[in-house]
Amino acid sequence: MATDTILSAAFGGLFIGLSAVLLLALTGRIAGVSGFVSRLLPPYSDNQLPVRLAFVAGLVIAPLLYAAATGIPVGIEVTSSLPLLVIGGVLVGFGAVRGGGCTSGHGICGTARLSPRSIAATAIFMTTGAITVFIMRHVLGG
Amino acid sequence: MPIIATFISGLLFSTGLIVSGLINPAKVLNFLDIAGSWDPSLAITMAVAVATTAIGYRLAFAQGAPLLGGVFQLPAKADIDGRLASGAAIFGIGWGLVGFCPGPAVASLGIGANAAFIFVLAMLAGMAIARSLDTFSVTPITPQAGIKGGNK
Repeated sequence: MATDTILSAAFGGLFIGLSAVLLLALTGRIAGVSGFVSRLLPPYSDNQLPVRLAFVAGLVIAPLLYAAATGIPVGIEVTSSLPLLVIGGVLVGFGAVRGGGCTSGHGICGTARLSPRSIAATAIFMTTGAITVFIMRHVLGG
Repeated sequence: MPIIATFISGLLFSTGLIVSGLINPAKVLNFLDIAGSWDPSLAITMAVAVATTAIGYRLAFAQGAPLLGGVFQLPAKADIDGRLASGAAIFGIGWGLVGFCPGPAVASLGIGANAAFIFVLAMLAGMAIARSLDTFSVTPITPQAGIKGGNK
């Protein structure tokens, strides 16, 4: 790996970690994206909708601020076909709610708390994710 | 104040996704492609994020309560059940199909990427389905002393 790749990977991780710490230290919440996003949908069990919208707004606005501040537009590369995007999206949404978290809530915050549930969930979704990529690229993709 | 703090946390989180490249599905798929074009850099991102969070959480918990008031809201569940395992397994399959998980997908809405809009709409549908199963599912009857062993 190139040095700048390692540095940007580490600084990115630092920002994500600081975000989680800031949220817990100030508001007492776990930085779980799927928890925030899924509870934007009704039915509402509390009156915390503005707080959830604030987190999601931060997520959405950051790429715009980043591009404005650095002059470099944020680019992503998605190669999936439309049906695959839809199937993948449904599975990610369904699985995150059923499993009680995603890469952020289980993978970072829960693992950092040494929660057995989160460590198990992270091990499972890393494994099925890697198996899926293997099948898509090396079995079906040839 | 909690709303502003939460907004800043969201900004910081998303910035981390951008800086690390975790926002980019192509990079995520290469991270998951251990047998092929493996890109281990996101393992560094995860490790640094977890280490930072572990240290910072320890300091935060030592304060006794959140600085802006209220209480620490931690998940109450402790057991690893079939629901957790199946949910995580399904989540991983979706993640491996596209390379988006919820954070990067939502952050990519800010780029205006069409793929992100489609993915997030589908993800919201998946979330709604999972939540509706919760709402309408029949709660299993807990065995009571009186009827226990009746249908062995």
